[in-house]
Amino acid sequence: MKSYIIPDFLVERDDSRCIRCEVCVRQCGFDTHRYDEEEDEVYVDEDKCVGCLRCVTLCPTNALIVRENPTQVPSNANWTREVLHNIYKQAETGGVLLTGMGCDKEYRNYWDRITLDASQVTNPSIDPLREPMELRTYLGAKPDALEIGGKAGKPSLETRLAPQLRMEIPMLFSALSYGAISYNTCECLARAAVEMGTFYNTGEGGLHRDFYKYGDHTICQVASGRFGVHADYLEVAAALEIKIGQGAKPGIGGHLPGEKVSAEISRTRMIPEGTDALSPAPHHDIYSIEDLAQLIYALKEATNWEKPVSVKIAAVHNSAAIASGMVRAGADIIALDGIRGGTGAAPTMIRDNVGIPIELALAAVDTRLREEGIRNRASVVIAGGIRSSADVIKAIALGADAVYIGTAALVALGCHVCQKCYTGTCNWGIATQDPYLTKRLNPDVGTRRLVNLLTGWSHEIMEILGGMGINAVESLRGNRLRLRGVGLTQEELDILGIKHAGA
Amino acid sequence: MLRGVRFRDDKDFSGCSIFGMMNAGGVKFTGEPMLTAIANMKERSNGLGGGFAAYGIYPQYADLYCFQMMYSDEAGKQDAEEFLKANFTIEQAELIPTSTCEGVEDPPLLWRYFLHPRENLDLACELEDLDDFVVQSVMHINAKIDGAFAFSSGKNMGVFKGVGFPEDIGRFFRLDEYEGYIWVAHGRFPTNTQAWWGGAHPFNILDWSVVHNGEISSYGINQRYLEMYGYICTLFTDTEVIAYAVDLLVRRHGLSIADMAKVLAAPLWTNIDRMPRKEKELHTALRQTYGSLLLNGPFSIIVSNLSQMIGLTDRIRLRPLVAGRNGDWMYLSSEEAPMHLVDDILKDTWIPSGGEPIIFQLKAASPGKEKEQALSGAGRA
Repeated sequence: MKSYIIPDFLVERDDSRCIRCEVCVRQCGFDTHRYDEEEDEVYVDEDKCVGCLRCVTLCPTNALIVRENPTQVPSNANWTREVLHNIYKQAETGGVLLTGMGCDKEYRNYWDRITLDASQVTNPSIDPLREPMELRTYLGAKPDALEIGGKAGKPSLETRLAPQLRMEIPMLFSALSYGAISYNTCECLARAAVEMGTFYNTGEGGLHRDFYKYGDHTICQVASGRFGVHADYLEVAAALEIKIGQGAKPGIGGHLPGEKVSAEISRTRMIPEGTDALSPAPHHDIYSIEDLAQLIYALKEATNWEKPVSVKIAAVHNSAAIASGMVRAGADIIALDGIRGGTGAAPTMIRDNVGIPIELALAAVDTRLREEGIRNRASVVIAGGIRSSADVIKAIALGADAVYIGTAALVALGCHVCQKCYTGTCNWGIATQDPYLTKRLNPDVGTRRLVNLLTGWSHEIMEILGGMGINAVESLRGNRLRLRGVGLTQEELDILGIKHAGA
Repeated sequence: MLRGVRFRDDKDFSGCSIFGMMNAGGVKFTGEPMLTAIANMKERSNGLGGGFAAYGIYPQYADLYCFQMMYSDEAGKQDAEEFLKANFTIEQAELIPTSTCEGVEDPPLLWRYFLHPRENLDLACELEDLDDFVVQSVMHINAKIDGAFAFSSGKNMGVFKGVGFPEDIGRFFRLDEYEGYIWVAHGRFPTNTQAWWGGAHPFNILDWSVVHNGEISSYGINQRYLEMYGYICTLFTDTEVIAYAVDLLVRRHGLSIADMAKVLAAPLWTNIDRMPRKEKELHTALRQTYGSLLLNGPFSIIVSNLSQMIGLTDRIRLRPLVAGRNGDWMYLSSEEAPMHLVDDILKDTWIPSGGEPIIFQLKAASPGKEKEQALSGAGRA
């Protein structure tokens, strides 16, 4: 069938610069570039280009320009090129539209409408280059009060705290499953987490035996498909996370196309090679909140009550009430994933239309847990489109204990957010299992890039904290007085629990 | 205008002078030296707030709560008295004696009531419950009753405060006529014109009083944390948050003063990591549990109750505090000079480290748990 889809991108080659080195030909896993030896020409099949810019980045003579195709469909506010292309695709295949990464639609980004405070005159700002500045964060249930016994002058702690995750920075890597991402990518995340004193999350892809040595910095996920879940997996983790939902696809389970299920992944996930790994939409042992409580306690029991258990949900309309139930069901950590949260594969319509922005969900959940007096009983970690240290610090001030970083970590490794993760071809060697592509990501270099990113963000967070006259991150957590909204409606301000700038 | 606020900022921003003086042997003295000392730090206040707390001043009513009230008008007084009569047995109600004093203008109606919770109230007759009931009542008056404000609610103690320079406020309240064994004073330099009588220091709840120099940059989360425990911050002052935090930690959660100080001005993680195992465990748990009560930003405070006067600065010591000791006479001050001004043979003075609590303990205090603190208070804690 002739496809009616016109190319999204045009690839232009400056022939005066091109040296026929064929880097572009070899780098493009989609076969966009082709070298004809006889004619000594490089040809382009623009239908195949996804705009990942791998060829542009590696071209030694800067001979390539990839730009959006200026050809317009007839101008129409409703029937845009994207809409038409979606319909063409479905008319040609009869399938569900798939996509990768987080929602790319223009829902209001509240981080960009919130500004931060700084000290002037009445309160000295603190210089983190000269003064201590503390980012250490503990995730897990905290008691409402401590009992301290012992003799006078020799106090001793009577209360036994629930297990805690100690993080040197209030950031950790989001759930990214082995399968969705490559072995090398997993290794980068694990090693960077170890080096930075934080955690990464296995997603629902199980844990490769090679990575058990990083177990102290690993959060192992238990999702509805139970892929790769077994006793050793639970035992080796620092914490467990029950994945109920994910911001990119609230209400449905994970998708791993069979193309990506290699022998190693098949072994790790405990599924046959080459089969699609489609998690059920619900956990079939959780049809209600009391069932969640049972699973939480089953996991705690299975791990000798030594590990915190997190429950991850997509940010949806009534997240606050659900979160309250989750805390009462025994969750030590509430993980909230907003509408901009990433994915390796999701139905486009769901990714772009289901869920709510994380900023609003976070504010609502933190407020609700405080109103109910149970905020101490769980930590709140958020995910979904955190792009910078400024986003991190605003999230903490709104009430998050820590922030999951997914897309930004992948971007640090080279990702250009072309949204084609679901194809199994990733020219940056991240979201692919093709050995020719995966070896492009050198674990040493990747680890360094991730460590650099978190180091840079940590320095920025310290600078901003110091500017506010704060020297420990816990004094910012939930401190919404240090935030102001710009250009937000009263209702938005009320939900966020912040004042408008100038007030 | 009691709560008639022209500019409602998140909280007040102010620089201040603080001074505390006690006699560990319980010897009482008048407010006279307090006026001398606080007047000597005039540069630290700007006439927009001053106040005092005095302990041991109402021995004839030592077992009764003393509510000292500000009313903006008769209606406020009526509403408040109606509430008080419904919940308390009032043994004595009287005007707080004042004298006209230059620099003190437009005072509210000032009344005090010696009272105890009514016996037919549905309460288990335990002291803690009574204290909780008093706290709730103060919250109710201050948040719900227009034109009424309870600014002091302890036993055998009282707070005297208002808009003006502290020495003028002291003369206005005739503090030379009171005798107490612990006195604290405060002169205020707010950076806005929101000067109202209730907003002056000390801030008090039950026997706890706090005077405070500084600004709490963690105010937003301190306040939200305390709300979970039923403390409603109505005053938009940092000091209120400190008083409630102390009440929660010491009275309700039973922490020692030293442990309370470790919450408000927590040791750095790098120091905690180097502690012996048990100590490390305790301090880690304190920070994990009470991180939201860490007071961040510059402060020096004097916290007092019937038997103690405690000085504390923020952990990196961004505001001044000096301690002094001459036999039973103990001093805490923003500056050293006023201590020498009121005690010309005082020699032993020192500057505590950031976050290090100075605990001065009344000798006759209850034995046991507090004994160690008495010892530490006797030297350089």
